[in-house]
Amino acid sequence: MKIVLLKSKLDPWKEIVDYQRSIEAHHGKFGATASFVGTMRDFNEGDCVVDMTLEHYPGMTERHLQKIVESAEQKWQILDVLVVHRIGALRPNDPIVVVAVWSSHRGAAFDACRFVMEQLKSKAPFWKKESLQQGGRWVENNTAG
Amino acid sequence: MAIHVRFFASLREQMGASDKEISSDGILTVTDVWASVSDRPLPDSILYAVNMDYAESMTAVKDGDEVAFFPPVTGGGV
Repeated sequence: MKIVLLKSKLDPWKEIVDYQRSIEAHHGKFGATASFVGTMRDFNEGDCVVDMTLEHYPGMTERHLQKIVESAEQKWQILDVLVVHRIGALRPNDPIVVVAVWSSHRGAAFDACRFVMEQLKSKAPFWKKESLQQGGRWVENNTAG
Repeated sequence: MAIHVRFFASLREQMGASDKEISSDGILTVTDVWASVSDRPLPDSILYAVNMDYAESMTAVKDGDEVAFFPPVTGGGV
C-alpha cells in the first residue's frame, strides 16, 4: 500500500508505472490493474473555474485514506493499492487523484478501485475552494458518481 | 481542562481562525466545545472529529483532546 499527498504536479501514469515496478513481490501474481484518475475541470455548476485550492487535515486525511484502503483489502482479494492525491493549488486539466488496485482477477480490482474512490470522496477530509472570475467559493457538494 | 480546537475550509474563514485553545471545566461533549467557541447553534451540516476520528455531537471529550469542526468533505475530483 502506498498513500501520498502531493503538493507538486501529479503524473498519474508515472505513479502507476513506478509503483508497479516497485512491488516486486507481486510480480507474476497480479493479472488485473484497475485505475482511476480524477482531473480538474474548468467548469462547475455552470461557472468557469479559473483555479482551485485543495485543503486537507494533516494527519486525519492520511489516517482515513489508510483506513479506506484497509477496508477494501478486507472486502476484496486484492494485492496492492496506490492512492496519490493532490493538495494545494491546481489549475484546470491538472490531475487531482490517482487510485490504482492490483489483484489476481479483474472483478476485485474494478470493485475495490471504485470503492476506494467513492469512500475517499465521502470520508477523507479534503475541501476544494474554486476561484471563479467573480471570486472564490467553497465546493459544498460532491458530484454524482 | 484544555482542548485544542481546529477549524477547516469555509468554517475556518467564518471563524477567522484555524486554531483555538480553550480551557474550561464545564466541557463534556463536542457540543460543549462548540458552545465555548461560538454564539451560534451547532450547524446541521458541520462534521466533527475528536483526535482525528469522526465523532458525534454528543461524543465525550477529555483533557488534551483535539476537536475539529469542518464542512462536508469534497475530495477527489470529477
